[in-house]
Amino acid sequence: MKKVYPKEDVCIGCRLCEIHCLVQHSKSKDIIKAFKKEFPRALKRIRVEEKRPVSFAVQCRHCSDAPCVAACLTGAMSKDERGAVLHNPDKCIGCWTCIMVCPFGAIQTDKRGKRIVAKCDLCPGEETPVCVVHCPNRALVYEER
Amino acid sequence: MKSYIPGNFKIDRDADKCIACEVCVRQCSYEVHAYDAEEDAVQADESLCTGCQRCVVFCPTEALGVQPNSNPGSKNQGHWTDNDRKRVLKQAETGGVLLTGMGTDKPYPIYWDNMVLNASQVTNPSIDPLREPMELRTYLGRKPDMLEIESRDTCPSLKTTLAPQLKLEVPILFSAISYGAVSYNVCESMARASKAAGTFWNTGEGGLHKNLHGYGNNTIVQVASGRFGVDKNYLDVAAAVEIKIGQGAKPGIGGHLPGEKVTEPISETRMIPVGTDAISPAPHHDIYSIEDLSQLIYALKEATNYTKPICVKIAAVHNAAAIASGIVRAGADIIAIDGIRGGTGAAPTVIRDNVGIPIELALAAVDQRLRDEGIRNQASIIAAGGFRNSADIVKAIALGADAVYIATSALIAIGCTVCQMCYTGKCPWGITTQQPHLVKRINPDIATERLTNLLRGWALEIKEMLGGMGINAIESLRGNRLHLRGVGLTDTELDILGILPAGR
Repeated sequence: MKKVYPKEDVCIGCRLCEIHCLVQHSKSKDIIKAFKKEFPRALKRIRVEEKRPVSFAVQCRHCSDAPCVAACLTGAMSKDERGAVLHNPDKCIGCWTCIMVCPFGAIQTDKRGKRIVAKCDLCPGEETPVCVVHCPNRALVYEER
Repeated sequence: MKSYIPGNFKIDRDADKCIACEVCVRQCSYEVHAYDAEEDAVQADESLCTGCQRCVVFCPTEALGVQPNSNPGSKNQGHWTDNDRKRVLKQAETGGVLLTGMGTDKPYPIYWDNMVLNASQVTNPSIDPLREPMELRTYLGRKPDMLEIESRDTCPSLKTTLAPQLKLEVPILFSAISYGAVSYNVCESMARASKAAGTFWNTGEGGLHKNLHGYGNNTIVQVASGRFGVDKNYLDVAAAVEIKIGQGAKPGIGGHLPGEKVTEPISETRMIPVGTDAISPAPHHDIYSIEDLSQLIYALKEATNYTKPICVKIAAVHNAAAIASGIVRAGADIIAIDGIRGGTGAAPTVIRDNVGIPIELALAAVDQRLRDEGIRNQASIIAAGGFRNSADIVKAIALGADAVYIATSALIAIGCTVCQMCYTGKCPWGITTQQPHLVKRINPDIATERLTNLLRGWALEIKEMLGGMGINAIESLRGNRLHLRGVGLTDTELDILGILPAGR
């Protein structure tokens, strides 16, 4: 399946991927409203790791043998027909086992409501995830490997 | 001490739009923007701003604007402009030589804008380049005085041995920009774009990084007064060798790459110790006459076994025509002339803004002089120095150039905003910097595409202009000054340019 891959050698650490990810997961999907009007603020599901000059974006790798899916107590983490790892907040009980088993640190806590988790969903409805679309230096690519 | 120098720029931040995402903070390499956690707002120190516009372009909400500071420092803006006052103040505070980057911003007349092109009407047909073949291929190098043909049986063949030539698919080359002044990624992008477009890039005096040796067939290597990076391999991999005598932005001046920019790979490429200043002397210490130049030209021809054209690059100065004649007679196969608007990574402002002559006049004078002396065929002419668009190029070719060098326009294509701060080594666009996190800002894949696009776009436009004139090959335009007319020029200027006024 197509996944988002970072290219460390051209990641400039601007974090526009984080910003647009947050907007994409906001209610309004409007950048100014998402930051200034929506509280609690939406969560970004991608994170830029940086220690200059090294920088790159990390998000769910949608592992074929996903430890989070195996570890999930309630079946909130599951793989869809494409192989994408998706999170169902309705089933999630916030045990955070998935956070502990994720080898990439790609799952984060979501304490806005009932203390669950949040992760990359590959932007359902979009042809290309918004982090890739808005990366100004093509440091994120969405491709089959 | 309190500085009396006002900032050059005003930064407008629209509070309604600013989401405090800190993209500007991270993008600004001059540390103008800073996030104030207490206020949950981004603040700016305008005095540090260079007006590079990086933050404006990257701001995801278009909340930022960077404008020149229009606050008049003095009532007398007729003679004592803000810029003049700031320069005096800067020197009063530092006692140093003022540095700058890029080409001069002094409003010297741009003769390209006072020349117009011809087009066919009724009596000769124009050509549609989309329907008919149009030839932009250009060969640079010495052309024979005459061609001898011999016929064996029925098949004629060329008896004359031709001198080595550079074959260009477009009459545009990337001018010398050294590795050290610009980042490796910029060099790689120019090399790749040259290969893709069938033209050449020029290493400048910074040597050729070993990873780019594979692009040798599209590379002109430079031998400058500092002789950085010159060895057998350097000459062997190149398509041509250029002896740099002068540069349009700073005629008569050498170069100085500060030690901070001499990183490990630059040290290896330039063949100097890490962290040492790379100083190019003002003259070549072995060239004090045309005869000396001839020795170097022939030394390089010997070293390359007479297989590569040797180019000599000079800045356009008052006696350019006579100097060019000497250079051709010294054995150069190509002569490059760089006009006063040519760019640089660093030069004293006073030199950049006051020394040299516009390329239009120099080019016309050199071409005419070589024709008058009957030696125009012995060398090709490359014109350089501030070519902004394809029309400038067409006019240059009509004035007598074989091809043109572009550099500033190439850098603009990959992000340069001509902020003139190249010499700081902190280029926020990742161009004139060696700081690894800034170098990453040029993605060679993207930059190569943009450079290739620029050349393609200009080539298409050149074809359109040629077609309009009823010409189907760039060869037929070369030195064809009848296709130019002057508007708003004096008789003397028209005489030097060798063109008629519009209407005649």
